Amino acid sequence: MRSGLLKQTAAGLRMVLLLTVVLGLAYPLLVWGIGQIPGLSAQAGGSIVSVDGKPVGSSLIGLNPVAKDPNNDPYFHTRPSATASDFSATDDTKLGLADNDAATSAPSNLSADNPVLVAQIKARREAVAKREGVSVDQVPPDAVTASGSGLDPAISPAYAQLQIARVARVNGLSVEQVTRIVQDNTSGRGAGFLGEPGVNVLAVNLAVQAAKH
Amino acid sequence: MNDTVAGLLQVALLLAALAAVYKPFGDYMARAYLSTRHWRVERALYKVVRVDAESDQRWSTYAYGVIGFSFVSVVVLYLLQRLQTVLPLGLGRPEIVPSVAFNTAISFVTNTNWQSYVPEQAYGHLVQMAGLTVQNFVSAAIGMCVAVALIRGFMRAGTDRIGNLWVDLTRTVIRILLPVAFVFAIVLMGLGVVDSLSGGITVTGVDGAQHTIALAPAASQEAIKELGTNGGGILNANSAHPLENPNAWTNLIEIFLLLVIPVSLTRTFGVMVADRKQGYTILSVMAFLWAAMLAVIWWAEAHPNGPAALLAGSALEGKETRFGIPGSALFADSTTGTSTGAVNSAHDSFTGLGGGGAMLNMLFSEISPGGTGTGIYSILVFAIIAVFLAGLMVGRTPEYLGKKLGRKEVTMASIAMLAMPTLVLVLAGIAVVLPATGAALTNPGAHGLSEVLYAYASASNNNGSAFGGLTVTSDWFQSTLGVAMALGRFIPILAVLCLAGGLAAQKKIPPSAGTLPTSGPLFASMVAGTVLLVAALTFVPALALGPIAEAMS
Repeated sequence: MRSGLLKQTAAGLRMVLLLTVVLGLAYPLLVWGIGQIPGLSAQAGGSIVSVDGKPVGSSLIGLNPVAKDPNNDPYFHTRPSATASDFSATDDTKLGLADNDAATSAPSNLSADNPVLVAQIKARREAVAKREGVSVDQVPPDAVTASGSGLDPAISPAYAQLQIARVARVNGLSVEQVTRIVQDNTSGRGAGFLGEPGVNVLAVNLAVQAAKH
Repeated sequence: MNDTVAGLLQVALLLAALAAVYKPFGDYMARAYLSTRHWRVERALYKVVRVDAESDQRWSTYAYGVIGFSFVSVVVLYLLQRLQTVLPLGLGRPEIVPSVAFNTAISFVTNTNWQSYVPEQAYGHLVQMAGLTVQNFVSAAIGMCVAVALIRGFMRAGTDRIGNLWVDLTRTVIRILLPVAFVFAIVLMGLGVVDSLSGGITVTGVDGAQHTIALAPAASQEAIKELGTNGGGILNANSAHPLENPNAWTNLIEIFLLLVIPVSLTRTFGVMVADRKQGYTILSVMAFLWAAMLAVIWWAEAHPNGPAALLAGSALEGKETRFGIPGSALFADSTTGTSTGAVNSAHDSFTGLGGGGAMLNMLFSEISPGGTGTGIYSILVFAIIAVFLAGLMVGRTPEYLGKKLGRKEVTMASIAMLAMPTLVLVLAGIAVVLPATGAALTNPGAHGLSEVLYAYASASNNNGSAFGGLTVTSDWFQSTLGVAMALGRFIPILAVLCLAGGLAAQKKIPPSAGTLPTSGPLFASMVAGTVLLVAALTFVPALALGPIAEAMS
């Protein structure tokens, strides 16, 4: 028995080493190499969006912008994030509404019966309602729940709609202009039935900035 | 279009895609295992590795190979992690401590892909590619080899040989996993999945603040992560991360990939035992359980009952906008019904019933449709138990696919079946009475118990998904979850290979008037009934204190 096990283990070691070269180096490097060709390179590189040649973000990553003056907030905001500098899963005053961190990614992992999450959602509803000047009943669910990645690039059309009036006012644009920007950057369901409609937060913020100039 | 209709169309498209490839892919896999011809590249590989591709092995030799290969895999992966700081492409990321390296090595070698680290901060790209990607392939392949060995036990008669592990392993990798993974890696990349050798890019956001966006060679690993029912994310949020799973199309493709091999292997099984109805019967049990749990999880998430979800208006905590409730429920059901464990939403934040459904899916021993290979051999174990129970009831010697199920066969099937429940209940039971466990929980009350139960269910079934709120970096969790993964993997494998050897040695007995037909709805219900009965008898008390208590409150 011992010799059988040893012999097979030795064969196993040679197999692991060879397969490491094939599957661990050749395969991923070949895929990476194919990702360098035009048509794939933008996606492979992380779908980076540049303005005037400078990278401002990724079309797939929702980075929450922070207003210098919270009373004159010019930005569309992403969903709350468990990667945000002001988030804690144990402190119900830390809401995850500030700047988030794409060097990592995480959900809150809070359960629906956790008092911390209940308090966070209550406080977020109030914070968002105050920011937008509406009643708490008008705040949609995605505006008060942290996403699975903490980097959700999209918000629901309802949450975008809620932010239009403020964004238009602070940026000196008409509501019609900003509404059109939101519509232009709303993606429907894939093929009409896959997934959910969403508004890309980076895209609408860039379009608003472009419209100002 | 409302959510429910759109979600149902999404399920329909998934099922149509699986149905379209079922026969050709299942037949292709059968040919790969039945063929007597080696491809030229395979022959070259056998030569380099110095294995005799023509020799047929006894079950014990086959088992030595599986154990030896897995053991050296653990050692190599452990060393790669520990040497990260001196090897190239480490990206300056820190040393991997022994407890994490140990747990991760076992985790990826056992096809679990449980993760006790934040990958985009812990691992450089060399460990990801040469370590983790490699195990994504070969751990999946080992499961398929064991399944094929068991099927040969039914096919063959009067022999003590069940195949050649090195040939099965090589063909699984070269003919099945590598080509499919390669094609889908490119497809996923085209649809937006990142594949970069950079560690991250610095951007200046619209507000002028500097941010780093973590990047990784994700597409190549993503494809095999799903195809091999592995599930370990190259980024922490796993398939919830927009760079791993950017849109609803990639979401559906990833779900398709994690189901396609376990589902199609039922066809492979039917072809190999020369009775395709046997394969359809097994598939119908898998499909029934998958569909039933999908209905539970989807309904629960669409009708939340926890106070936080009720206040927010929807159970969107931990879910991504682009997938919504149906896309998240479909993924959660499929990832826990297979042994994948990738997640596109935070299972910990699911409702009591939804999260409980995901947990129960694992506690069915992962057979709906199960992992690559592990799914079919696990459900065949249940089929053997079902035949045995039926035989007891009518008082005849049970037989399955022309083989008598005697004491040895039933003993081995029982060992394979009971290893997982024993590990889950014993280890979770000890964990909950340890004083330190309370501090490791994120959520209080019944849900806290669910976090611990889910962890051991996931590890012992080699799933790898988590109720992520549990902090698992203590030595207790790192070591016991490692043990659960190893024993949960190799006890059933050894029992199944021993079973295969016993079956192959038997003569074929022709079916008689007293033989229980093992294809068709009656037998399918008996197998499903056995699965439900075993799960209910072992897990109802634990589930009642965790997810059921949460759902009822």
